[in-house]
Amino acid sequence: MTVPATVAELVREFRANGRIVIVGASLAGLRAAEALREEGFTGSLTIIGDEPYEPYDRPPLSKQVLKGWVSADHTKLPRLREVNAQWRLGVAATGLDRAAKQVRLADGEQIPYDRLLIATGTRARQWPNPDEAALDGVYTLRSRDDAAQLQKALAAPPSRVMVIGAGFIGSEVASVCRELDLPVTVVERGSAPLVGALGGVIGEIAAEMQRDHGVDLRCGLGVSSLEGDSGGHVRRAHLSDGTTIDADVVVASLGSIRNVEWLEDAGLASGFWGVGCDAGGRAFDVNGVITDSIYVAGDVARAPHVLYEYQFLAMEHWDNAVLGAEVAAHNMVNLEPHYRPHLLLPGFWSGQFGVNIKSVGVPPFGDEIVFTQGSVKERHFAAAYGRRGRIVAAVTFDHGKWLEYYGKLIEHSGPFPPPPPGWDQPPDMKPIPAEFPQPGVPTAIPDVVLTGHDPSERRAEFRSRPR
Amino acid sequence: MRIAVDLNRCQGYAQCVYLAHEDFRLTGQEALTYEPNPDDERRLQVERAAAACPVQAIVIDRLDGAEGSATS
Repeated sequence: MTVPATVAELVREFRANGRIVIVGASLAGLRAAEALREEGFTGSLTIIGDEPYEPYDRPPLSKQVLKGWVSADHTKLPRLREVNAQWRLGVAATGLDRAAKQVRLADGEQIPYDRLLIATGTRARQWPNPDEAALDGVYTLRSRDDAAQLQKALAAPPSRVMVIGAGFIGSEVASVCRELDLPVTVVERGSAPLVGALGGVIGEIAAEMQRDHGVDLRCGLGVSSLEGDSGGHVRRAHLSDGTTIDADVVVASLGSIRNVEWLEDAGLASGFWGVGCDAGGRAFDVNGVITDSIYVAGDVARAPHVLYEYQFLAMEHWDNAVLGAEVAAHNMVNLEPHYRPHLLLPGFWSGQFGVNIKSVGVPPFGDEIVFTQGSVKERHFAAAYGRRGRIVAAVTFDHGKWLEYYGKLIEHSGPFPPPPPGWDQPPDMKPIPAEFPQPGVPTAIPDVVLTGHDPSERRAEFRSRPR
Repeated sequence: MRIAVDLNRCQGYAQCVYLAHEDFRLTGQEALTYEPNPDDERRLQVERAAAACPVQAIVIDRLDGAEGSATS
């Protein structure tokens, strides 16, 4: 047999009888499994998830579930086709042995694979003081269980809710509290809500929106400690300016942590920012060399994006999980030159205070912003972000129908300020600074160091650091 | 039945609210919330709502829970 014929035979054999393991049983894991079957993979498929539940949808958790309209166990994701998988739910993956091609589980079992998909996503960052985090009434919001517990606490009702952090989750929680007519204080370290994602100009608008809805919003402040009563229930928070706030429900919305600890000894390019992979979802090893059998998708994946100077972007967005999973699944059962890239234009949405906030592109990549449509006063507008004369992102408040227009401009590297859409233009279309905070430095301690002095032996090595 | 709405795609046309108001609601002008687990009795309305969505953002369970919650 010729080499190409042998390779083709190997691919056929793998599709028929190979073993694929997916670690992560949420949106990306489920969609990848469905896509693998769609692609004609008939071998064995194992899906590992640390939660005891079958895959569920997260966006409703901070909205309709919290409000009490929908119960948390009603959020199971629709199944689009049979996946005929072995589901290993309620058991976490704890290690990866790439030499033996096995995933280690918390119950001691080893699951062998020919190809592996990493879709372990992120988890909520907990309140940093463990004693205070363990107080009754202190919550985070990421999982179905979190949402069910927090919903119950809000229904009690509490005398005051305190939300620490005014990103999207924090702001949505505050919005639900006001809809439930609960007093709520939001404490945000930055200058305004949503500043990290959308910049200070939009942040100011979000701040006004919160205050108009009766949120006690305190920006530029941190929470130094939480105080509980003798029964171990949280009662009070001490702020960095010396003031205190009495609250019996505290929601820590401090962003997310990528679930990469289980990969620590695996020699992959994994760390604080996720698992590095190429645009086709193939994981990089610790040396920055592509692996042939390991793929990454969803929140934990971090790939270079052509539109953003090939910066490695991790996108915690719903459609990134869906499309990244589909691309990874396709590439897992195909060969070059039939690989597909995952070149999604990032996009996210949030519903809060009765306003639909949507964004396309990567706003923090921009340094200027211009309002292009609608009225800020009525909170019904579109704005574009630019960098060096090019449009790189857009945001809309109750103006979602126009997002596609801006998306097309971004994809085609359109000019900034963008050509006026010719509809509903505000009087002032002058670009102004977008006011993003300086990018934070996550750590000064390297995860990875180079070893060896002989060029032929030079390798990178992962150094675990204390957490 | 199970549904999910791709809210990235959803542009607030509200056709679903019009056709299946028990399971789809707008908060404000554009922000959609929905019941991810509608009663099977309302399947027809929900399917009509999904079909009417101008951007086809509503994902409906095609298995009807046939593959239940198998574990291990």
